[in-house]
Amino acid sequence: MRTILKLGKQEHRFIDRISELSGENVYSCYQCGRCSAGCPMAFEMDILPNQLIRLVQLGEEEALIASKTLFICASCFTCQSRCPKGINIANVAEAIRYLAEPKGKDHFGPDEVPAELADELP
Amino acid sequence: MNGNGKKKRIGVFVCHCGVNIAGVVDVERVAKALEGYSGVSFSTHYIYMCSEPGQNMILETIREEKLDSIIVAACSPTLHEKTFQSVIELAGLNPYQVEIANIREQDSWVHSDKEKATLKAIKIVKSMVEKVLQNESLEPIRVGVTRRALVIGAGISGIQSALDIADHGYEVLLVEKNPSIGGHMIQLSETFPTLDCSQCIMTPKMVEASRHPNIRILTYHEVESISGYVGNFKVKIRKKPRFVDPDKCTMCADCEDVCPQIVSDEFNMGLSFRKAIYLPFPQAVPGTYTLDIENCLGLLPIRCGKCKEVCEPDAINYDDQETVFEEEVGAVVVSTGYDLYDLNHLGEFGGEKYEDVINGLEFERILSASGPTGGEVRRPSDGKVPKNVVFIQCCGSRDPENHNPYCSKICCMYTSKHAMLYKHHVPDGNATVFYIDVRTGGKNFEEFYQRTIDEDQVLYVRGKVSKVYKEGDKIIVWGVDTLTGRKIEMEADLVVLAMSMVQTDGVNELLKKLRISSDANGWLSEAHPKLRPVESLNAGFYLAGCAHGPKDIPETVSQASAAVAKVGDLFAQEQLLHEPTVVPVDEDLCSGCGICVTICPYSARELDKEKGVVKVNEVLCEGCGACAAACPSGAAQQRNQTDDQIFSMVRAILRG
Repeated sequence: MRTILKLGKQEHRFIDRISELSGENVYSCYQCGRCSAGCPMAFEMDILPNQLIRLVQLGEEEALIASKTLFICASCFTCQSRCPKGINIANVAEAIRYLAEPKGKDHFGPDEVPAELADELP
Repeated sequence: MNGNGKKKRIGVFVCHCGVNIAGVVDVERVAKALEGYSGVSFSTHYIYMCSEPGQNMILETIREEKLDSIIVAACSPTLHEKTFQSVIELAGLNPYQVEIANIREQDSWVHSDKEKATLKAIKIVKSMVEKVLQNESLEPIRVGVTRRALVIGAGISGIQSALDIADHGYEVLLVEKNPSIGGHMIQLSETFPTLDCSQCIMTPKMVEASRHPNIRILTYHEVESISGYVGNFKVKIRKKPRFVDPDKCTMCADCEDVCPQIVSDEFNMGLSFRKAIYLPFPQAVPGTYTLDIENCLGLLPIRCGKCKEVCEPDAINYDDQETVFEEEVGAVVVSTGYDLYDLNHLGEFGGEKYEDVINGLEFERILSASGPTGGEVRRPSDGKVPKNVVFIQCCGSRDPENHNPYCSKICCMYTSKHAMLYKHHVPDGNATVFYIDVRTGGKNFEEFYQRTIDEDQVLYVRGKVSKVYKEGDKIIVWGVDTLTGRKIEMEADLVVLAMSMVQTDGVNELLKKLRISSDANGWLSEAHPKLRPVESLNAGFYLAGCAHGPKDIPETVSQASAAVAKVGDLFAQEQLLHEPTVVPVDEDLCSGCGICVTICPYSARELDKEKGVVKVNEVLCEGCGACAAACPSGAAQQRNQTDDQIFSMVRAILRG
């Protein structure tokens, strides 16, 4: 499959929105991968934290919203504490989740809670 | 009217600088506005005043119009003041009768409103006219040169500098704080990209330096302070007591054999032991033992004294004292080298907790034929041959958030060399390098790196390691392969960290006293990043090697030789010229309050207690004007920048 790289208005608007919501400079990532190397949840992720930032840089909103990673990130901030550029990746993930919600891409609706867990949850 | 009551004939030359100035400032209007202004007999504009036709126009106009001083309204005086000074000198005028009105950096480049910028330009030029009206003709201050150099630090850069200066025919003092010259280079096993043995190429240079009649090597000495000025420095040097007479010591090792004190060996990066009386390494220069007083049981024969008892040539002298002496030099080459960033900064890699997580210099010693393992690759903890070695690049480098923002430049190449040499020693072992980018910009560097991958089959994994910890006997490394998008966990027997290079401890404190500036990362600053890369802004100081920033051996040697070429420039001059725009003292007005003495950053002023006035060493004065601003009585007046001149300039600006 061929991916067409397009950085048009729509993509820039998406990147700007993510920067605004997260307060992070996503452009500053130089893809060292240290976030992924230390992530305790990476084994469950379909895209690694460094790839998540990369997809933001590429303006790939759809691919991001479709990814499981968004909801696997436990916001433990290990990535942020190791990041040489000081990017809080958990904040970026949170920003993407925020954008995903109105699009109905919430991966875990209340009606999906398994019956055996329902009693334990608030 | 000028100070002498004579009327001046001033020429004003307004430069367009292409569109740099003319794009914002109406240069024609500026030239017109100055016509007939007090003292101005001629005013014009031209597209490039600094061009040859521009300079010729000034020259001809001075002759035709019989001008005695000029104002060039152009760029900052740091760029072309010298150009126009030489032009008016050609016309037979004193170079201090030219002033630059900066209408570019201080006007056209920072404004966009054309009308206001033009009015501002007119004000700037008029204020310079007021200044020129009272400018005196000045002659530069002349001083002699001591044709003798000091080189601080005797690693490869210091040794190369000393040899070159000595070969130019000048005397050199080569000061080194350690017991032997050689620096870090003598610790290395082999050097990239040719793999020649570091000791084999370094020791001939060390011997040459020790034999050269123009070089005086002062090992185990430290520079305490430097005073004076370019061409005429006074250096205070502290001799640390060695307790062994180098001339008598035959290096028989009898003292070492009987010494009961065993301490960690710095030359082997703490991977082996030495005695309190020791020879740093077999090829040490000077070839002499040194008694390390901090680890000695004590000099009282009653407590130990074994070494002195066995020393046949009677070279050991317990009465050796620390002494401080003074030397005179004309130039100083700073070649103090580097340190490695402390492993303790990297808690996520265990800091110094794990014996088998080591830095690059420790691995150099392990690889070295003269090292603690006799050239066999064995790990520090249990002496086993490691079968899986992980190399991690950029440890503390390229990390503005937590460590150092800069690239340490040499690590890509030495890691490649380490991995290659490891494979040569342990062909059935695995070498894995974690990297972010591999930078091989240097002659034959890329080819060397390719060889590591093609022929020695070293695995390069693109991703930075996040964590290193121990599980039983094994070290576990958490990394990532960003190329396949997989998080990686691997077992290692030995981990080698390419630690960031940092400025040597204590160097910045010494240099602050000398007013040599350093950048935000502690590296010494050059006078100009492109055009004056080996000189310090403080005249008479030159930079060589890693004290100035991370660099490899070829670059260090080039910089050392380049710095010496500049020392040669200085020593070739009969006399040095110093700017005459200094701040003398009017003894009739000076009350001897001494405010200027404390405020002077160059120690150029002192109180003459007998006369009760301040004396000025004009050669030390850099003309910063701090004293003139502080002087309550007006006794300190900067030449061609007097209070009267400044007030008339301000008045001209306010008048419009």
